[in-house]
Amino acid sequence: MNTQQNLNIEFSQYLDINGTLLKPLPATLDNEELLIALYRLLVLTRLFDETAVNLQRTGIIGTYAQSKGQEAIGTAIGRAMLADDVFIPYYRDIATQIQRGVSFEEILQYWGGDERGSNFADQPNDFSLCVPIATQLCHAIGVAFALKFQSKRNVAVVTCGDGATSKGDFYESLNMAAAMHLPALFIINNNQWAISVPLHQQTASKTIAHKAIGAGIPAIQVDGNDVLAMLINISKALEQIRQSGKPFLIEAITYRICDHTTADDASRYMDADVLQEAIKKEPLIRHKRFLSTQHFWTEEKDKALYHDCQQQIDEAVDRYQNFPPQAAGDFFDYMYEQLPADLLEQKQGFIQGLKHHE
Amino acid sequence: MNDWTMIEAINHALANQMRANENIVIFGEDVGVNGGVFRATDGLQTEFGERRVFDTPLAESAIIGMSIGMASQGLIAIAEIQFMGFIYSAIDQILSHAARLRNRTRGRLTCPIVIRAPFGGGIHAPEHHSESTEAMFAHIPGLRVVIPSSPARAYGLLIAAIQDPDPVIFLEPKRIYRDGKQAIDDNGQALPLDSCFVLREGVDITLVSWGAMMKETLEAAKQLAQKGIDAEVIDLATIKPLDIDSIIASVNKTGRCIIVHEAARTCGVGAEIAAQLAEKSITSLLAPIQRVTGYDTVMPMFKNEHFYMPSTQRIIYSAIKTMEYR
Ligand SMILES: Cc1ncc(C[n+]2csc(CCOP(=O)(O)OP(=O)(O)O)c2C)c(N)n1
Ligand SMILES: [Mg+2]
Repeated sequence: MNTQQNLNIEFSQYLDINGTLLKPLPATLDNEELLIALYRLLVLTRLFDETAVNLQRTGIIGTYAQSKGQEAIGTAIGRAMLADDVFIPYYRDIATQIQRGVSFEEILQYWGGDERGSNFADQPNDFSLCVPIATQLCHAIGVAFALKFQSKRNVAVVTCGDGATSKGDFYESLNMAAAMHLPALFIINNNQWAISVPLHQQTASKTIAHKAIGAGIPAIQVDGNDVLAMLINISKALEQIRQSGKPFLIEAITYRICDHTTADDASRYMDADVLQEAIKKEPLIRHKRFLSTQHFWTEEKDKALYHDCQQQIDEAVDRYQNFPPQAAGDFFDYMYEQLPADLLEQKQGFIQGLKHHE
Repeated sequence: MNDWTMIEAINHALANQMRANENIVIFGEDVGVNGGVFRATDGLQTEFGERRVFDTPLAESAIIGMSIGMASQGLIAIAEIQFMGFIYSAIDQILSHAARLRNRTRGRLTCPIVIRAPFGGGIHAPEHHSESTEAMFAHIPGLRVVIPSSPARAYGLLIAAIQDPDPVIFLEPKRIYRDGKQAIDDNGQALPLDSCFVLREGVDITLVSWGAMMKETLEAAKQLAQKGIDAEVIDLATIKPLDIDSIIASVNKTGRCIIVHEAARTCGVGAEIAAQLAEKSITSLLAPIQRVTGYDTVMPMFKNEHFYMPSTQRIIYSAIKTMEYR
């Protein structure tokens, strides 16, 4: 019998909650422009989220899932990935999507109940967001297989929540990715909750990263509210996967400092004091403090940035609201490449009926 | 008497049976502290404790598989699947085991479970939250499939489902969860699991539907009456087993039948009703049977879902065509 490998999971953090750098940054990150660009993405995501919630409240879009408090994860993923890697997201990945060519108006269309929101104009290969929990993980290993099959040095990057790691699809995908040596990066948004179910009721595993070890996948825990740690570790993992062709898993530790969606009321189950503590650790404050201590940032610049980001979002909202509606019969047209005869008949009946009834 | 919405009636039916039988357990995602995302299990964990009402990890296949194991040992498992759209990873457990356990063991092990799931469109929900796939379950031998259409029927049918010794898929039309209240006596009285409800008597045409579509169907009957067409309206309620005798009795009287369902048309439950009418009662028909249904498309996301859902207008139009048939 071999002795067990080391079962400890490394935890990686660069910025503490006060924005103090805990260890030197790699040279690639010692770059004022990049550090500010990351902050901009955090702010942009936060403001878009707040705008979307307001749009839901006023009935302009439907149910919406916020990323509030978890923006650093998506920001880092989007920054680290290459354009021709493939992203397979779930529903808290706006920060990544907007870096990969998905527009705010497309995101609003999706949550506004319009299929065109998944028909990205400027993003050909990424998946659209996935609602049936954990099912996307299986797609990711297929994407990884295809990338490998085509001799590309690209990676399938897939995300899911902590709750998703209870699903069979999660375990099946991890196992298959490792057994078949597939270039997939699994990134878990561990925001401590699956709607109202806290992590300790979700799993008895010491960490989610440990679940990867069982599948034979190396894994690490990262402070998911530290955009620098996230970026450094994702970049390193992607490089390792490109070299080895084998999967890797990152568990990002964060906190959902918002309702699950606009249809949820977290005050029914989330302790207010715990929430207040979590808010202190959220990623924007920390990164801003860091920028300030590096003398890259002032309150004035901050104000200007917020103003600028909000304007960018408001323009997108305008475009969204001025988009012409889909034709009524469009929902027939994408079922198959060619509309089969029986469905064509149904469509004609539908159009006829529209004339009749309206 | 209590004035309850459907969701309240469901909550009280669960509580009533929990009090009556301590072998009943309720579980699923967010059913505990949160009381279910629609509040169907609100307050139940407080009353019955975490031993009997509990949140599970997010794992539908395990939730249903676990229900089967529990049931085999004398418990009565009431599992909530948060939305029908998330039941599919549990299909293996439902089809391969829940529906077959009694038969496989020649009655030695049985499977008294209730799988509750909200379903159907019309509440502007996100993708995957609006489908109606009751026919999939009706197609599986060994299951019962029940769909209430009013608070009182939800109460009585759910109690019957819990008391039934076999697996029941109990589908809750969430569009009408809070659509009006009914006076209900919390007396634990079950309704039959194998008969339709005639909601309106009429002599000209039979309208058969179930779940939330009863609303449009009843409204159509009302408007048809103003046009001098006297429709009989039947709430199918128990999708499986299907009470074809009541439908035949009605069609023998009216000679005409329209089936209304939200689900896609092809191989929907409407097709089964039409087939059985053709087999057993074709000579009583004065006009072809019509179906007013959803289309064979993906349920559109909510901006266009109203195009998909059968409307009162479509039912009326179809009824008039049927009446005009010579
Ligand atoms: C298979 C499936 N079951 C249930 C749901 C309903 N649901 C939506 S989100 C959610 C919780 C997900 O928690 P987690 O994976 O931790 O992701 P988070 O939302 O916290 O980011 C549930 C139960 C679903 N979408 N899919
Ligand atoms: Mg979570």
